[in-house]
Amino acid sequence: MKDDIRQIVKEHGRLSVDVDALTADADLYQAGMTSHASVNVMLALEDRFDVEFPDRMLKRSVFESIASIEASVTELRAQAATR
Amino acid sequence: MADFRPGAPDQQSFLNELLDSRLLIETGVPGVYGRGGDFEEVHLRVARMITRAGAPDRPERISFPPLLPRRDLETVGYLKSFPHLAASIFAFSGTEQQAAEQYDRASRHEDWSEFQLMTELVLTPAACYPVYPAIAARGRLPAGGVTVDAGSAYVFRHEPSGDPARMQMFHQREIVRIGEPETVAAWRDTWRDRAVELLRGIGLDARFDIASDPFFGRSGRMLAASQREQELKFEVVVQIAGPEPTAVASFNYHQDHFATAYGIELADGGGAHTACLGFGLERIALALFRIHGLEVETWPAAVRGELWSA
Repeated sequence: MKDDIRQIVKEHGRLSVDVDALTADADLYQAGMTSHASVNVMLALEDRFDVEFPDRMLKRSVFESIASIEASVTELRAQAATR
Repeated sequence: MADFRPGAPDQQSFLNELLDSRLLIETGVPGVYGRGGDFEEVHLRVARMITRAGAPDRPERISFPPLLPRRDLETVGYLKSFPHLAASIFAFSGTEQQAAEQYDRASRHEDWSEFQLMTELVLTPAACYPVYPAIAARGRLPAGGVTVDAGSAYVFRHEPSGDPARMQMFHQREIVRIGEPETVAAWRDTWRDRAVELLRGIGLDARFDIASDPFFGRSGRMLAASQREQELKFEVVVQIAGPEPTAVASFNYHQDHFATAYGIELADGGGAHTACLGFGLERIALALFRIHGLEVETWPAAVRGELWSA
């Protein structure tokens, strides 16, 4: 999943640095991701992983790093599976 | 047609009082009013009070008409965030026969939009917008950046409403700061605090709140949450009419959004940041009429002194 997330961040995050050089915990906003770009990342994640972020998860902290994105997508998939 | 938002009962009755006293004059379109009696005089006095407060910054004064090149609206990405609020200007371009058909339809108050084509112009949605390209055109900023007083400018938001404090066309008394990030952010915070004092000085019970812009749609809610978390926008609010206080001024830190869009650089070539503040002059005038009464002669002497000084 991390690789797919890296790919999405590379395509939509508009970072000022190379995504592959970032650790999973690196702050994406500090790496140049604007709030507009984070919205595009969010939409691409929903598309790729077939999940929907509820309003309470449309917060900066959720998209802060590759690790936090992975955790939230995992949480959403688990919720969807139990429905 | 944009959805009409009816006003709350006390907003509706306030509007009726304003219309009865002819401070506002009905045009038939909600949110678009003529101004009569002392209305204009009051908001001009508020505008001057703000000019006096901003004089120590020694701003450069530049003002623009209430139209913006369409290209600038496109460059700043307004339609991504607020497609529902923008108004663009169309005009006729066609044959004599088309002109005749257009006239026929118009005479019967029918739809003549098919004869209208886009122009290069839109209505200005925010008074700071024309300032960025104008400053960018000068090349690198001088040391210390610039402060631009854009005066009182009419702006347009397509949101017809029964609340007299939500007009479709209204004045923003606008000042813009462009420069180093810390300088710009500090300037924004200073003005926010100064605005509360200024408005309290004319008898308005003002305070400030963290706020967000009305970004459109679901992505909009994510942008709004992000804006709030970063405290990029403050509003000074005053209770006018309705269930909640009304924002009468906003203080906006844009980080590098506009500077990047227009390539505005600091003296050393680094990226600039921008911030702007806008006072809603009609809302402040309405707040004054609401709190102090519809007759200016009966307002407290201290308030009249503050507004009518120099």
